[in-house]
Amino acid sequence: MYFDIIIKIILTGVVLGGALNLAGLLTWVERKQSAVMQDRIGANRASLFGLRILGLFHPLADMLKLILKEDFTPRYAHKILHALAPFVSVFFALIAFAAIPIGNDFAWRGHAIHLQVAHINVGLLYILSVMSMGVYGVVLAGFASNNNYSFLGGLRASSQMISYEITMGVSIMGIVMMDGSLNLQNIVQAQGQYWHHLPLWGIFLQPVSFFLFLTAAMAETKRTPFDLPEGESEIIGYFVEYSGMKFGMFFLTDFLETVLASALLTTLFLGGWQIPYLFHDGFHFPWGTVWIMAQPWVILLGVIAFSIKVIFFCWFLMMIRWTLPRFRYDQLMRLGWKIMLPISLINILVTGLVMVLL
Amino acid sequence: MQTQEKEKQTETRHMLLNVGPSHPAMHGVIRFIFELDGETIVSADTEIGYLHRGFEKMCEVGPYNQAIPYTDRLNYVSPLINNFAYCLAVEKLMGLKVTERCQYIRVIMSEISRVTDHLTCIGATAMELGAFTAFLYMMKAREFLYELVEQVTGARLTVSYGRVGGVKADLPEGFADQTRQVLKEVRKVLKEVDKLLSRNRIFVDRVKGVGVISKEDAIAYGITGPFLRSTGVNYDVRKAQPYLIYDRLKFEIPLGTNGDNLDRYYVRMEEMEQSMIMIEQALDQIPPGVVRIHEQGEPMVAAQMVDEAKMGRIAGIAQRNVLLDPTLQGSTKGFHEKVNVEDKKTVLPPKEATYGNIEGLMNHFKWVMFGHGIRPPKGEVYFPVEGANGELGFYIVSDGTERPYRVRVRPPCFPIMAAIGKVLEGGMMADVVPTFGSVNMIAGELDR
Repeated sequence: MYFDIIIKIILTGVVLGGALNLAGLLTWVERKQSAVMQDRIGANRASLFGLRILGLFHPLADMLKLILKEDFTPRYAHKILHALAPFVSVFFALIAFAAIPIGNDFAWRGHAIHLQVAHINVGLLYILSVMSMGVYGVVLAGFASNNNYSFLGGLRASSQMISYEITMGVSIMGIVMMDGSLNLQNIVQAQGQYWHHLPLWGIFLQPVSFFLFLTAAMAETKRTPFDLPEGESEIIGYFVEYSGMKFGMFFLTDFLETVLASALLTTLFLGGWQIPYLFHDGFHFPWGTVWIMAQPWVILLGVIAFSIKVIFFCWFLMMIRWTLPRFRYDQLMRLGWKIMLPISLINILVTGLVMVLL
Repeated sequence: MQTQEKEKQTETRHMLLNVGPSHPAMHGVIRFIFELDGETIVSADTEIGYLHRGFEKMCEVGPYNQAIPYTDRLNYVSPLINNFAYCLAVEKLMGLKVTERCQYIRVIMSEISRVTDHLTCIGATAMELGAFTAFLYMMKAREFLYELVEQVTGARLTVSYGRVGGVKADLPEGFADQTRQVLKEVRKVLKEVDKLLSRNRIFVDRVKGVGVISKEDAIAYGITGPFLRSTGVNYDVRKAQPYLIYDRLKFEIPLGTNGDNLDRYYVRMEEMEQSMIMIEQALDQIPPGVVRIHEQGEPMVAAQMVDEAKMGRIAGIAQRNVLLDPTLQGSTKGFHEKVNVEDKKTVLPPKEATYGNIEGLMNHFKWVMFGHGIRPPKGEVYFPVEGANGELGFYIVSDGTERPYRVRVRPPCFPIMAAIGKVLEGGMMADVVPTFGSVNMIAGELDR
């Protein structure tokens, strides 16, 4: 009993720390990557004892600055809701990580250990519902600030997130139907199968669903080309009345959601912690070579593979963010309701037909 | 009774949204008041004047040449065109014709400025649509051109390069080759940006059919420049009433058809290419600069030359070059000979003349001293040039003194800003920024 609790606490710490640190690091990645893409040098000023290491101290400096800044509440804002909004936002972004498996299950000293903070059999539903709760933070921020701009931002955010929530949920139904499970660990384990040495990852089985989910997830993270709630050059955003760390929390939420979207994409479509040809006792390559490995190393490799895939998707989302311009409100709605939703419904239909016929 | 109650329940109000002047897309100088129905704009009200500094009045209190630094601050993205427009107006008043080489220099520098202006405009529009990378690519290209401008004029923004009767200084050595090199780089960047934007579905969707103005409306409001040409009206001052040496250059005027943001984008993109073609032609045709056959001996230090001349030891001094402080670079003989008119009353003499002989010294002081300076004859004149945003005209009234009686600018932005409310009405809130960006409103010339 105590042992299980301790394991869970450690795991929670690892997942929470990993997500938060990655989100913090992404602030640096965003600045540096955009700089590389735009022929600039990028953040390189913050130094600690004369060390600059490519500006890696900038997340620390940013955080320090945000915490030390004045926390300003507008006079006519709803004080409680205004203060609550950023916490709601960041809270739901954080707890969504609980259902994501970061490694394979294994047994140690007679205890079954799940590398998943909440080992629940409806993990996918849980994540989707928590992600849709995240919209409350944005809407509250928009409405409680008592500012026309943030009000518009809140309106845009609520309609955008609700629309894309649906596409997001429907698009992954194909995967759920094929695996017959909402447990993310099962979905990942099912992706360890092979068809003529081709790993049966979600991206190969459900390519349409992958692109739909990628787009919807980008829309959920509220970043360019879907940054309408923010729209820095038109309506500035739902957080226009926030300063200091409260603004920082919205900022962090965006990055946390990027990490979450990447983790979900990895779990559902890129085999989660799976490495091709790595089985529970080591590598079995299709050309016959076999590398036998001890179980802890296999598990560790899985966790590392998961992290690398997540980081890859973070990089990929970041690249899209710095390449494309922003949609307009009506175009966004058209894309969501008239194009993506029908395609995802057709995708379900086709998947069902194929499953029945084969 | 029941219907009344129902109406009361479903009563909706339009939201009044004040945009600017402290709004990131309004440059801090424009205020829009929108009446919004959801995201749709029901009515738009424009308020200008946040950057009014009394340019026209300031021109009246100083000599003619002292207005040139003020003209830099009109359209601060392409200050050279303003410089030359003002100089051309004063020259028309005086009946002067500048030298061949000077005309070519003015055309080359004007076209470089036009490219920088269009680069800024398209870049800013793209940035306001969220494509920040395209913006920075454009800024990179602009930087190359600004370096050229800096080499010629000594400044990037506040160039003050034009002079009545000439320019401040001749082109530096190796300018032609360098310009060709830079144009190659700029073309490369433009190609890149073209790939990033022209074939980008999101960008095209955002600008196509947005901010439409009809041909008739555009003419009725007095709009000129790319904004007018995007509607299909073929009016360009460079073709309609050629000034300088534009009639010797082969170039086309790109025209749009719909008068929407996409057409304005294409017109500006194509105009940049045409400007670069013009620059290349002008560089081929430009008459050679100074040939230094008069020079004898080593350059003389300025103070020494002044002393020698004071003592009357002026033998051979007219052939010597003077060694100047770097801040006075470009004021020597070589930089003046081919670009300034012969008329000694109009232009500042080169420093050799000022230091080396009494006539030069007198000319210098007659030019700079308060109450002296150039004196155009009585009369009034209007001279339009094709600015980057449209027809930029200077109307000057002279009463025969050394100061203009009245100066009036016809800024190209002003008619567009008068029409912008009408263009925006019925559109979406999100389209305000790109449409406003495609105007390329420069508050310096709008508010004066």
